[in-house]
Amino acid sequence: MFEITTNHYLVLSAMLFVIGLVGILTRRNMIVVLMSIELVLNSVNLNLAAFSYQYSDLTGQILGVFVIAVAAGEAAVGLAILVGLYRLRGTTELDHASELKG
Amino acid sequence: MEFLLVNGPGLLFYLFAALAVLAAILVVSSRNPMYSAFALLVSFLAIAALFFLRHAEFLAVVQIFVYGGGIMVLFLFVIMLVNLHRVQEAKIYGMQWPAALLLAVMLIGLVSWVVARVQFSPANLAPAALVSVDGEVVGNVQAVAWQLYQQYLLPFEIASLFLLVAMIGAVVLARKE
Repeated sequence: MFEITTNHYLVLSAMLFVIGLVGILTRRNMIVVLMSIELVLNSVNLNLAAFSYQYSDLTGQILGVFVIAVAAGEAAVGLAILVGLYRLRGTTELDHASELKG
Repeated sequence: MEFLLVNGPGLLFYLFAALAVLAAILVVSSRNPMYSAFALLVSFLAIAALFFLRHAEFLAVVQIFVYGGGIMVLFLFVIMLVNLHRVQEAKIYGMQWPAALLLAVMLIGLVSWVVARVQFSPANLAPAALVSVDGEVVGNVQAVAWQLYQQYLLPFEIASLFLLVAMIGAVVLARKE
């Protein structure tokens, strides 16, 4: 009755991905944007684990470990950039860092 | 009792999935970054539980260590360093929300379309493959380690090099002039 298939994981992962994407695109505070990026990476890992289970293949889990390593590096560098931005501007709001008009 | 034993994993999936989604919504919507950080921690732990349910024990424990421990402390330190005693901004969302809404609806639509068309079988073909080395059952951590040091040694070394570069980059970026 409550059998969990890969489809359940796909839907959950898509929901987390979309929530993270909305956070990245809409929030003005850079700290929350970095947190949303972590959410997106986590949702990808959820998919990798689900397919690893589906096909009984460990490759997905190993790729997940690498994704976590990349996320750790990304968080460290992103937060260092944030500290630099705060020193320069006295704020962490991305609207105050729009020289490149991105 | 019978019901719980039979449907335990399914019920746990729904519990932790709901927890992860609610915490994720709180991360994106709360005004104070500190609340966002704690909601993010809840989301990480719920996702770690979901890894356990998919027989990815090593991934789950690494998730708790690296995300729940390392990255979380990094976030909390930076929030305390940067955001203390600051007036909360009146507007927390920027102008990109129409684009974000469009992308979100499109992506949810795409995934729903795919999920509705594809049916995966509920059970996997050979669950023992996730916990064994050369046909001998040893556990997920040893199986992952075996693969990691045999077949994926070069990516593993590149990942360690990447972490070194990221560390040096972070130190260089954050130091005082």
